[in-house]
Amino acid sequence: MQLAEQIRAARSKKDILLMTHLVLGYPSFGVNREVIRQMVENGVDIIELQIPFSEPMADGPMIIKANQEAIAGGTTVADCLAFAAEMTAQHDIPFLFMTYYNILFKYGVENFLCKAKEIGIRGCIIPDLPPEEGEEYLRLANKLGLAPIQIFAPTSTEERMRTLAGHGDGFIYCVARRGVTGSKTEFDASFDAYLARCRKATDLPLAVGFGISNREDVRILTGKADLAVIGTATIRLVEEKGAKAVGSFIAGLR
Amino acid sequence: MDKPGYFGQWGGAYIPEVLYETFRELREVYAKAKADPAFWQEYVALMGSYSCRPTPLTHAENLSRHFGGAQIFIKREDLNHTGAHKANNVMGQGLLVKRMGKTRVIAETGAGQHGVACATMAAKFGFACTIYMGEEDVHRQRPNVFWMEKLGATVVPVTTGSRTLKDAINEAFRDWVSNMDTTHYVMGTVCGPHPFPEMVAWFQSIIGQEARKQILATHGTLPARVYACVGGGSNAMGIFQGFLADPEVELIGVEAGGKGIDTGQHAARLASQDASPGVAQGYKTMFLQNSDGQMLDTHSVAAGLDYIGVSPLLTDLWEKGRVRFAAATDQEVMAALDLTIKKEGIIPALESSHAFVQAFKEAGELSHDQAIIINQSGRGDKDIFTIAHAFDDPSWKEFIRKKGEEYAAR
Repeated sequence: MQLAEQIRAARSKKDILLMTHLVLGYPSFGVNREVIRQMVENGVDIIELQIPFSEPMADGPMIIKANQEAIAGGTTVADCLAFAAEMTAQHDIPFLFMTYYNILFKYGVENFLCKAKEIGIRGCIIPDLPPEEGEEYLRLANKLGLAPIQIFAPTSTEERMRTLAGHGDGFIYCVARRGVTGSKTEFDASFDAYLARCRKATDLPLAVGFGISNREDVRILTGKADLAVIGTATIRLVEEKGAKAVGSFIAGLR
Repeated sequence: MDKPGYFGQWGGAYIPEVLYETFRELREVYAKAKADPAFWQEYVALMGSYSCRPTPLTHAENLSRHFGGAQIFIKREDLNHTGAHKANNVMGQGLLVKRMGKTRVIAETGAGQHGVACATMAAKFGFACTIYMGEEDVHRQRPNVFWMEKLGATVVPVTTGSRTLKDAINEAFRDWVSNMDTTHYVMGTVCGPHPFPEMVAWFQSIIGQEARKQILATHGTLPARVYACVGGGSNAMGIFQGFLADPEVELIGVEAGGKGIDTGQHAARLASQDASPGVAQGYKTMFLQNSDGQMLDTHSVAAGLDYIGVSPLLTDLWEKGRVRFAAATDQEVMAALDLTIKKEGIIPALESSHAFVQAFKEAGELSHDQAIIINQSGRGDKDIFTIAHAFDDPSWKEFIRKKGEEYAAR
């Protein structure tokens, strides 16, 4: 089943889906493995695996640190691919890659996407690759049946959203606010108006990320979005309380 | 015909969606300014009244005699207000910020020259100003931090990554994605996403326009060669543009050879075999990176050259064979700086001294009736702490020690 259909099917059974995120190799693949196990056991619907990059331009302090330390600890792209293959074989939920374009570019866009497809990855989120620069990526992803997730921002015009949606598949990642990952988002009237614009621009499922960290945030998104994205919050939790705290945190989100 | 924003296969605009509209507006305001002759007139007039333009072209007679070859001319960008060619770019972008109606500017800085220039522009035009500077550079260039703060800017030391220029650029982008409604990011060099490389090169082209007229007026013919140091590449693009259409003028970019190309501790992207094509900081160029695409640590005695990437315009000109690249080591730079001070009474910045190294290596190959131009992008006397340290000057160290004791005793 295509990712978008699979999300719609899951949504017919749950009011909101959860997508979580982690940085591969931080603090270690061993901890990643345990965190993912707990996430899956507690009902996470999709997991976003970030391949670390030395210049994570769109990320905030927590995820920057995770990227840096993963690389400093010797994490390579090959390690990330091998680990992702292990996870997709072990867990029956969709896994996505999130990374910056240079990782694909250096690996070879075609080689990277073929490899991703081969190991069971369902789509990619590349925040520094607008469709104008991503012709090769979009063409190959579509050919391989990998969802090239497109991103909407509060600054996107309706026309721009329609253009982006035309290039996207799987779902649309709606960045909840300006800024980088990891700080608090205010869910006010302008946020509702933004989500309404997103909804109008596409039939694809909508995921909302940036600053989603607790049960209350997820409750607010219920009925407005299809997926809530929890990123920095779990990385911070693992940092503070260890991998074992993840299960109950996820279970308590909805 | 290249894709918009591309120079050959280099450049582009690899930006997060949240900045799409901001870049659209910037491209628009830049295109309008470029099409409006009154804008360039306003810019030239401003640079004349605020920044000593046109800067002189000095005939370095003693150095010419010393090397016994070409007549050496020095384009004096060091005589700009704030002591470097950076003034050209910031004042140009400042005029654009006024047109956009924004009220705050942010910038990255390596050596601190661009930061100081940007802070003066913000003070003059009444903008709020925040400067991102790698923590390592904050320590290397403390006097510039002092001036930025005195000029009313907030200086934010960047503690992520290698704590140098590239990390300051990342932080400036992170600020911009939050504050783009009020804020313009004054990128300091001919790098980053389109339209920055082209736009900054346009403002810096004033150097080459002047230099071409000046050399024809004083020497009567075009120069055989033009030398410029290359960090991001803005001073080089500035002067090279005056001669790009003259195939008889050889253009030479000089990168930071650091402790030597063989040591791996350098910032030579095009003069070494160590760089490869990549996409980072919003653009495609040759980066110093590993096989996974992770950026490497770079090294140079000159903070302004200590950078992983290089202008897409220069990478294109290098690929097409129009610009030749060389590297100068830290050690060679100190020797060239010393010689220039002693022979001409001129004090180039450590960055600019890289261009002097290569010119000195080649001047003797040319004949007396040929001319070469060295672009002196900045002045060195401002960087007294760094230069005195690099010379390992004993009496200076004694002075600092005593000054430290004096402050400690209070």
